[in-house]
Amino acid sequence: MEHSEQTHYFVPDPSRWPIIGSLALFCLGLGAALAVNSVAAGKFGLLLGFGILFWMLFGWFGDVIRESLAGRYHGREDHSFRWGMGWFIFSEVMFFAAFFGALYYVRVISVPELGNEVHKLLYPDFSASWPLQTGPGITARYQAMGAWGLPAINTLILLSSGATLTWAHWGLLSGNRRQLAFGLGVTVLLGVSFLSLQMYEYAHAMHELGLSLAAGAYGMTFFMLTGFHGLHVLLGAIMLSVMWLRVQRGHFSAQHHFAFEAAAWYWHFVDVVWLILFVFVYWL
Amino acid sequence: MAIAETTHAGHGDHHGKPQGLARWLYATNHKDIGSLYLWFAFSMFIFGGVLALCIRAELFRPGLQFWQPELFNQFTTLHGLIMVFGAIMPAFTGLANWLLPLMIGAPDMAFARMNNWSFWLLPPAALLLLISFAVPGGAAAAGWTMYAPLSTQMGMGMDLTIFAIHIMGVSSIMGSINIIVTILNLRAPGMGMMQMPMFAWATLITAYLIIAVMPVLAGVVTMVLTDRHFGTHFFNAAGGGDPVLYQHIFWFFGHPEVYIMALPAFGIVSHIIPTFSRKPLFGYTSMVYATSSIAILSFMVWAHHMFTTGMPATAQLFFMYATMLIAVPTGVKVFNWIGTMWQGSLSFETPMLFAVGFVCLFTVGGLSGVTLSIAAVDIQLQDTYYVVAHFHYVLVAGALFSLFAAIYYWFPKMTGRMYHEKLGKLHFWWSMIWFNVTFFPMHFLGLAGMPRRIPDYNLQFADFNAVASVGAFCFGLGQLIFLYNMISSIKHGQPAPQQPWESADTLEWQIPTPAPYHSFVEAPTLEVGENGAIKSMHGGKHH
Amino acid sequence: MLSRKTHLGILGGAPLGAAAANLNFQTPVTQVARDIYDLHLLLLYITGSIFVLVFGVMFWAILRHRKSAGHQAKHFHENTTVEIIWTVIPFLILVAMALPATRLILQQKSSAGAELTIKVTGYQWKWQYDYLDQNVRYMSHLATPQDAIVKTAGRNDNYLLEVDEPLVVPTGVKVRLLLTANDVIHSWWVPQLGVKQDAIPGFVRDTWFKVEQPGLYRGQCAELCGKDHGFMPIVVEAKSPADYQLWLAAKQKAAAANADDPNKVWKLDELKARGEKVFSQNCVACHQANGKGIPGAFPALDGSPIATKDKPAHIDIVLNGSKKNPAMAAWGKQLSDTDIAAVITYERNAWGNQTGDVVQPSEIKAARGGKA
Ligand code: HEA
Ligand code: HEA
Ligand code: HEC
Ligand code: CUA
Ligand SMILES: [Cu+2]
Repeated sequence: MEHSEQTHYFVPDPSRWPIIGSLALFCLGLGAALAVNSVAAGKFGLLLGFGILFWMLFGWFGDVIRESLAGRYHGREDHSFRWGMGWFIFSEVMFFAAFFGALYYVRVISVPELGNEVHKLLYPDFSASWPLQTGPGITARYQAMGAWGLPAINTLILLSSGATLTWAHWGLLSGNRRQLAFGLGVTVLLGVSFLSLQMYEYAHAMHELGLSLAAGAYGMTFFMLTGFHGLHVLLGAIMLSVMWLRVQRGHFSAQHHFAFEAAAWYWHFVDVVWLILFVFVYWL
Repeated sequence: MAIAETTHAGHGDHHGKPQGLARWLYATNHKDIGSLYLWFAFSMFIFGGVLALCIRAELFRPGLQFWQPELFNQFTTLHGLIMVFGAIMPAFTGLANWLLPLMIGAPDMAFARMNNWSFWLLPPAALLLLISFAVPGGAAAAGWTMYAPLSTQMGMGMDLTIFAIHIMGVSSIMGSINIIVTILNLRAPGMGMMQMPMFAWATLITAYLIIAVMPVLAGVVTMVLTDRHFGTHFFNAAGGGDPVLYQHIFWFFGHPEVYIMALPAFGIVSHIIPTFSRKPLFGYTSMVYATSSIAILSFMVWAHHMFTTGMPATAQLFFMYATMLIAVPTGVKVFNWIGTMWQGSLSFETPMLFAVGFVCLFTVGGLSGVTLSIAAVDIQLQDTYYVVAHFHYVLVAGALFSLFAAIYYWFPKMTGRMYHEKLGKLHFWWSMIWFNVTFFPMHFLGLAGMPRRIPDYNLQFADFNAVASVGAFCFGLGQLIFLYNMISSIKHGQPAPQQPWESADTLEWQIPTPAPYHSFVEAPTLEVGENGAIKSMHGGKHH
Repeated sequence: MLSRKTHLGILGGAPLGAAAANLNFQTPVTQVARDIYDLHLLLLYITGSIFVLVFGVMFWAILRHRKSAGHQAKHFHENTTVEIIWTVIPFLILVAMALPATRLILQQKSSAGAELTIKVTGYQWKWQYDYLDQNVRYMSHLATPQDAIVKTAGRNDNYLLEVDEPLVVPTGVKVRLLLTANDVIHSWWVPQLGVKQDAIPGFVRDTWFKVEQPGLYRGQCAELCGKDHGFMPIVVEAKSPADYQLWLAAKQKAAAANADDPNKVWKLDELKARGEKVFSQNCVACHQANGKGIPGAFPALDGSPIATKDKPAHIDIVLNGSKKNPAMAAWGKQLSDTDIAAVITYERNAWGNQTGDVVQPSEIKAARGGKA
């Protein structure tokens, strides 16, 4: 890469955004701790925290975009961004790994163990079976979520959104701005429809199937995994929308569009998580 | 949209030093941020240390003297959490911030603004922990390991702790990404990976460990949170969960975590011993491989903390063998350090004293670790003071001593002044003696059957507990020597030469002392020999 | 191997003399505990020798190769042969350590062939022993009085390691314990037996021991389990099989005699007296003897609306526990109808709560409804 000859590396000026971000997280942490304990002040803490956080995000990314447009980032900075985003995504992978680990553990180890011979001592009437009898204390009936209805459609949606995003990227690389804007727009719309369908699926799960976070090992892993995934889709969709807006304003060039790529990587990561989710949460 | 297109962007980097409070609040300079980290870590060390003294005061003699048992448990829990997440980890990150760019010829950390955020997330997290003492029910009291379902019983203090951990997690993940990218991308031309100073290798591998396991910790405390408030049963058999699941996930984080607190120490010592032996580090390549294998193995040994949970024999055997294996690469490191000293021309200034003290006492802790790893024997030792002895040997005499060594060693480069050598030596011998008085008897307490995390004990444990408590207060007092030495030397110390140690040859010693506020704004071109020794340096600009 | 006494002597060294017994594990009384003892000594010798050897070399260097002694540094920094040697030798040492350890682990883990099975349940902060096939079941509480803990009154050698009713087992018999817990994780540990096993709520784990000599063997809960984790001792009393049978028969008879008729109608004073006992065994830890609780953590019962007005709610929270805070357990699982009636009556008539209410066991029985 050409950056190997670059001897100068961009170091930003002192900035007030990070400490504002810290204030935001402090309000969020304190607010959340109060809110989960039903202390009224908690909600205000959360609200305030989110407000400050958004202010910070706009300010910070605004600075970054201005620096980028002013041509302060070259090959070496770009390279840093790539590594940085890559390892950030890796940390997200590990976050999901904890929850997949929990799913694996309850399915393969703890639920069967609770139904085994020795545990008849404690639970004479319990016979374990995934997904419907996942805990001796779960008495309310529920049904499991099938894989081949909505979830399969959602899989298709996410997969095609990955394709449209790549298509948009090709547009960017070949200087075809219309293809870029169109592909990106479609991707965002697909993401939004995924989320809407998932909302619908949740409503169905709660009202008709009797599923909830409290519905034993199946319900909790189902909602926690798909919920955290959904949150990531939401984040990814927001990132892509911002990219779309920036495209409208003529940002990005074929050589210089790291922000776009970062959002795209994130989106593909969310895609892959979904595939694993589809196999282990819905299908098997 | 707020994405305005004003091109009046923050224009030039590298003005002079910013002044006043803004210099610290808005800092993007790695040296300033490094100093912030170090001061923060030291104040957390005092906070955690005072909690330790509260523990030791209660345990001075049998009976309940000062605290209710519940409060005692809060002290133990917060002592552990604050020392681990507030003192040792930030101190190493602070050092990495200060030193990495100097060692590899980078102008700053790769993401200087994010670097500021990594630091400034820590005080809010610490504040949340502090607040937790004041809420109804008090601070978290389930041990730093926060085992469920005890942690699902606690009051609001536990929630504050959980969110504090989330914030510290964000901070250390961003810090680690910064370290990794800086090392991979910002080395000055001429410095290959296998020519980096050992400290760079150590922090690189540590950073990988952190981004691999901190998210896992965040995940597991999130599960505790949902078990507490949102009806899930991750750690509750009634819903098909399992309290032991918590331990598996926690220790998948927890064991690599202990190496997160050990590997940077190894890196530091690998600089100091060669310098004061006037000889290059023995076995650089094997050091790199040993560090990497320790890191990789550390992901496969977690259940050695769980030998008494009633795992099947096969699992016990697997985790026992895997754990024992770690002794091999760690041994390689110890032998390499001794190989470095062998036939050297040794002198014992304060950094060297702490480094040699580190090697000796860390090995004591390592050997008791190997004893614990033998599952059959661990049955008698798990959750006793023997374990407490083990980990204070590796954490206090390990991590903490290496930090003292590092501060003394790089003090001239950081401040431009020399610390007071006599006081440094006094600090070392004082710490060395009282450390052992405090923690060595704990081996005996554990063997004789004293469980950890208890506020009161049977009379047979009285003598050694009294000794340990006296030791702890004296050890703590000795840290005032260090504090005094630092503050007075920063103000009035002798001006330090560029090269205060005869044979320190890594890059940071090739630039003026104190290090210029903006060093390497233009990368130099280097010719690097073994172990990061700089043979020649061309170009490179500072201001 | 040398005798155990000699080892202790070597370890203790002259200066500590009498304290020597405290420098190693307690005297083992089962084969497994003895094997652990010996294995630990072996490890100690190996690791001790490693330490002496390795640091012998280092201190040699420190003495001889110092600058002040005029030593010039030699500039070698690699030697593949030595590096291989010091990788392989530790590995071999580890193998030597792993072999006996493996044998011992397999032995510790084989609970098959037990002749007596006892279910052990950890509660905050007491143990329940349930002789599954003998129909004997009782709780074992700390017997050290509060006064000895906060003052120094009457402390003895078994301070904090004494219980009202020990676990009684016959000597020479392989006893299997099935462990579980009611609230949080506890750990059942008696050092002299060489047994430590976590008791995990909702799960059953097992371990075993075979005591050789009659005697009293003391231990305590080894897993942090909340406030009174330090006050949760274990005492095992090993009796000869004949004595054990006597004890068992007496215990069974007493259980039959003590069984309460749930339909008996009690007087206020009788219930209050009994309730005070139940309260002091089960509830003081949190709600305190003066009924004031611990502000912020455990609510006061003295003057609380539940304990003075709303009787059904009072019965419900004691019987079924709190929905909000799992620390307040469902006592219906542990206490008989009579005990619950008694403790509720007590709470409604103790301290400033002078309601004059009497709660009869039959009301508790009714409140339990179909539930056992
Ligand atoms: C810096 C932190 C650190 C480090 C480096 C280590 C290093 C090791 N630890 Fe430690 N450990 C902790 C911090 C650390 N530990 C903490 C905090 C806990 C308690 C957590 C809690 O419960 O709160 C703990 C607990 C702990 C346990 C669980 C005990 C229990 O609760 O029952 C075990 C068991 O296997 C263990 C083993 C080891 C081993 C085998 C090593 C090895 O890495 C040591 C290797 C080093 C050497 C062996 C010395 C040098 C080698 C030679 C000179 C070569 C020759 C040697 C031989 C052939 C033996 N540790
Ligand atoms: C990471 C590093 C770390 C460090 C540096 C320390 C440092 C110390 N620790 Fe800690 N410790 C842990 C990590 C650490 N510990 C962990 C993880 C646990 C487990 C927690 C759990 O069970 O959950 C633990 C548990 C633990 C226990 C067991 C508690 C229990 O089981 O109930 C004890 C008991 O003695 C103890 C003691 C000490 C002491 C005396 C020091 C001393 O070294 C501290 C010395 C420092 C000071 C004293 C402060 C500085 C000095 C001054 C401010 C000057 C003023 C001083 C005077 C006036 C005297 N520690
Ligand atoms: C481990 C601690 C603990 C023990 C032991 C304990 N309790 Fe409680 N108790 C609590 C807690 C915590 C609450 C508050 C529950 C809540 O907020 O819903 C409580 C609430 C109560 C209340 C309701 C008080 C009110 O005004 O809300 C009563 C009555 C009560 N306990 C009786 C008892 C009795 C009787 C026993 C013994 C048989 C007992 N408790 C043992 C912790 C304990
Ligand atoms: Cu029960 Cu500790
Ligand atoms: Cu470990």
